[in-house]
Amino acid sequence: MSVKTDKIDRLSELSAVKQEEQGVSLWTEAFRRLRRSPSAIIGASILLIFVIVAIIGPWVAPYSPTDTIGIREGVVKSGQGIIPGASAEHWLGYDHQGRDLFSRMLVGARQTLLVGVISTLIGLTIGAIIGGIAGAAAGLGGRVGRWVDNVLMRFVDIMLALPSLLLAVSIAALLGASLTTVMIAVGLVSVPIFARLLRGAMLAQSGGDYVLAATSLGVTRRRIALTHIVPNSLAPVIVQATLTLATAIIEAAALSFLGLGNPDSSVPEWGVMLADAQSYLGIRPGLAIYPALGIIITALGFTLLGEAMREALDPKLRK
Amino acid sequence: MPLLDVKDLSVTFARRGQRTVRAVDGVSFSVEAGQVVGLVGESGCGKSVTSLALMGLLPKQRGVTVGGSAIFADDTDLLKTDERTMRDIRGRDVAMIFQDPLSSLNPVVPIGVQVTEVLTRHRGMTGDAARKEATDLLNKVGIPDPTRRLKEYPHQLSGGMRQRALIAMAVACKPRLLIADEPTTALDVTIQAQILELLRGLVRESGTALIMITHDLGVVAGICDTVNVLYAGRVVESARRKPLFAEPRHPYTHGLLGSVPRLDSGRGEKLHAIRGSVRDVLPWPDGCAFAPRCDRQVDACVGEPPALVEGIHRHAYRCVNPEPATAEVSS
Repeated sequence: MSVKTDKIDRLSELSAVKQEEQGVSLWTEAFRRLRRSPSAIIGASILLIFVIVAIIGPWVAPYSPTDTIGIREGVVKSGQGIIPGASAEHWLGYDHQGRDLFSRMLVGARQTLLVGVISTLIGLTIGAIIGGIAGAAAGLGGRVGRWVDNVLMRFVDIMLALPSLLLAVSIAALLGASLTTVMIAVGLVSVPIFARLLRGAMLAQSGGDYVLAATSLGVTRRRIALTHIVPNSLAPVIVQATLTLATAIIEAAALSFLGLGNPDSSVPEWGVMLADAQSYLGIRPGLAIYPALGIIITALGFTLLGEAMREALDPKLRK
Repeated sequence: MPLLDVKDLSVTFARRGQRTVRAVDGVSFSVEAGQVVGLVGESGCGKSVTSLALMGLLPKQRGVTVGGSAIFADDTDLLKTDERTMRDIRGRDVAMIFQDPLSSLNPVVPIGVQVTEVLTRHRGMTGDAARKEATDLLNKVGIPDPTRRLKEYPHQLSGGMRQRALIAMAVACKPRLLIADEPTTALDVTIQAQILELLRGLVRESGTALIMITHDLGVVAGICDTVNVLYAGRVVESARRKPLFAEPRHPYTHGLLGSVPRLDSGRGEKLHAIRGSVRDVLPWPDGCAFAPRCDRQVDACVGEPPALVEGIHRHAYRCVNPEPATAEVSS
């Protein structure tokens, strides 16, 4: 223990000499490590481009994503299998209804980002509330607390036992197929992960020396949970949220592909575009390839960043 | 009346499928205001469990049983007070300092927040008043540039600074009793001396009583007024500091003192290590727990556990064949 303490002592002295900044928190330090990680840089760059496209997409798109120009001009006859590919005017060609595919890709980025972020937020919020209450109750609440924890965690177990697709289909059956349904379904599926992660981290922290020290000073349990345990337990949850963004985008696309998403295909969304493309795979595979690439690259960006964050925040890997 | 009167404290841990462990077995001692009482012993003798029991910090689970009494300030039994009242007592009347200052501070919260939360909790101070008091406290425990330190995180402080910050938190509400559980073990020797000096100053200045838990006889010699030597959960010897060092009666205390290297011993002279390890202990009901490791073992050591015999000057020891007393010592 003392060797470790010495090391940290020397380190903190070094860093104190190097820079005059006051109050370098663990987060600042993690961010500094993150900036040195190549996969974080690549992931963040991908996401930056994605987010910019999602924001400005509708304004820079050369054509309206809903305008069926190809049919109006008579160049697209999907019934006869004629869907022209890339050209100087239409960089990615037309879709099966004669709409400009490049414009639809640009506009669709916003929907995809929205689905990913909102469904992750749904999962994170509900999961963190359940996990936070369970973790605090189990760690500090005595006998009653352990009971509360048990009830909450068995509930989470039940959620975990349901196949995510089945859950999504049932929600769609209740609410009708729409983008909201997809977001709720994808969000609910990730609730157990967040709940268990936060509870586990909080339980591990509540055995910590600093919790005992705070207790020995008479600090209330509520304050110990909120200002001591929760901030120390957030790192794995934040990492998981980044990784979940990736899976949420893929899962949302899968649900849209199965027809549980927005039935109105005039609003471009990559998952719906993928679903629409399946009848024309033989004629123009590009219709499926481009949205698929968009989904894959975005998910890759989130995964790269998430993994880099996991490493940056892991106290065991800290040098 | 003493400030804290511990009588027959015992703590047992019972786990399903495992042998029930009696970690503390009938420990009695008392602490006067302004006095430093040492609890000394090697790892596993029950000294930390004693301190946690007094603070009411032992895990509240089935299988953990605490017996005896610990009367604090004439009226409160710390062992029988309910958790809600204990939360008010902890930090305000009784506070504790831990062994490892790094892990005892929350790594993601600045020092200032951790010091002020005690002030807010027990003295109702908030905002600027709390910040000012926190600055004064850090100043008092010898942390230079306290305004800047308040904004810093534990990993930015050195080991000694961290322990000072923890002491500042513990004395923030001027508790009447302070329990220090090996407060210098994780620190450098020079820092150890500073921290001991700081604690001694605080005790002298405010009349706080201090229970010093340690395995380090140097610490005992430097700071304690009376000393209780623990072995396998029982007090085996209890005396004021001087007689204990000059004339240890229990072979275990004698052995402890003998295993400290001395400057005035001859070169190449062997240290007197105590044979065996704590694992060799006999259960107390079967005789003296120290008997298997003792050089002075006689037949009477096994069978009947020895009682605590009180000699002159309240020097008590638990041994049927004690080290001979040398007549010239008096206290």
